Amino acid sequence: MRKTGIKKLLPLLLCTLPMASVQALTLEVQMELPQMKVAEYHAPYVAMWLQGQDKRQLTNLALWYDHEMKNDEGQQWLKDIRQWWRRSGRSLSLPVDGITGATRTAGHHTLQFDDKQFAFSSLPAGEYQFFIEAVREVGGRELLSIPVTLPFEKAQTFKASGNNELGQVQLVVMP
Amino acid sequence: MKFTLSTLLLTSLALTLPFTSQAHRAWIVPAATVLSAEDPWVTFDAAVSNDIFHADHAPYRLNMVEVLAPQGGEVKLQNESTGKYRSTFDLQLSQQGTYKVFSASSGLRARWVDAEGKRQGWPKRGQQADVNDFATAVPKDAKDLSVSQGSRRIETFVTAGSPTTEVFAPTNQGLELVPVTHPNDLFAGETAQFKLLIDGEAAVAAKVMVLAGGMRYRNSQDEIETTTDDQGLFTISWPKAGMYWLSASYKDNKANAPATERTGSYTASFEVLPQ
Repeated sequence: MRKTGIKKLLPLLLCTLPMASVQALTLEVQMELPQMKVAEYHAPYVAMWLQGQDKRQLTNLALWYDHEMKNDEGQQWLKDIRQWWRRSGRSLSLPVDGITGATRTAGHHTLQFDDKQFAFSSLPAGEYQFFIEAVREVGGRELLSIPVTLPFEKAQTFKASGNNELGQVQLVVMP
Repeated sequence: MKFTLSTLLLTSLALTLPFTSQAHRAWIVPAATVLSAEDPWVTFDAAVSNDIFHADHAPYRLNMVEVLAPQGGEVKLQNESTGKYRSTFDLQLSQQGTYKVFSASSGLRARWVDAEGKRQGWPKRGQQADVNDFATAVPKDAKDLSVSQGSRRIETFVTAGSPTTEVFAPTNQGLELVPVTHPNDLFAGETAQFKLLIDGEAAVAAKVMVLAGGMRYRNSQDEIETTTDDQGLFTISWPKAGMYWLSASYKDNKANAPATERTGSYTASFEVLPQ
């Protein structure tokens, strides 16, 4: 948890620096996949994306699934990340470069998404939602959303908390 | 005895008659309607039953079941099997997009009362009417003669990848559904709109009834009923996620001679997903 604490302070520190604009805009997601007391545990499929009021305005951030299975068998269950599949997945050509990763097991995970790759600063100003959706084989599914306003102008931390498949989720804006 | 007879009749007539009894409901239901990955497989059940999606009465025969693929071309039913209460088959979706799985039939039917006061019908059970035989098969002076042109269609839809709309193109024959809302993009709490056509034109004032599956586990039918407007349109608000059965019927007197009545029956299975 020490690590998280420092990360939380970091954006504040950056804001105080006169040369903050040199620092590239970064979105950091700190998230927890809860420990499950189950006989059969499979690491969940997870998708994260940023979606505008206009639902077509959508930036995929991360997609964790069994992308290395033979014959792409892992793709068979992508439809179960149901809202992501509806909003984006079904119209993508898989695997998607730059966002695809292996599944991760229970615990805390931190990811950073930089403006260079995801071009947040070129998105139209307005209200957006950050979504994180997790679905676990022989388990449950959970979707969390965090409203955010673009452009990201100041350091901010947003929090959301899941009930079953997701634990604490923090979205840290580091302009 | 009664049960045996009705079972036999239903089994043999399900496809040859324009309509089955209202009490018995025919359906083709996929195990999944939204699929990811390359060349996914889907398995289907097809039956005629009272309780929607509980195969407890008679199998739905597969000999007239056809598949329309997103980009056209033949899609074969695989691993076909017809059991006591249901038929099953598989499809491999080698094209990305939306498939229509359907069975459609239409035909003339005449009913009258003969000189001895007995009910008569044409064509005979299990036979398809040929309009050229009408003049010889049906007496000119038949009493209480009614001649109907009936159509019957049973459908369901499945989508691999992104939904497409090519298979919605109507044949302009019989009662058909043209989706406004994509049938593989239905979610609880949302409203879907569809259009009904009769022989290619808006089917006005058609009766529509929607039933949620799982009827065995509730004490009421909980049907949703509506009627098409003057453009043939109707909307359904999905109360919860699940598999639904939609049935529509239409009747008018705009039939081609020798028919005096035009009827249409349309049923479909739709999956509604949770948000």
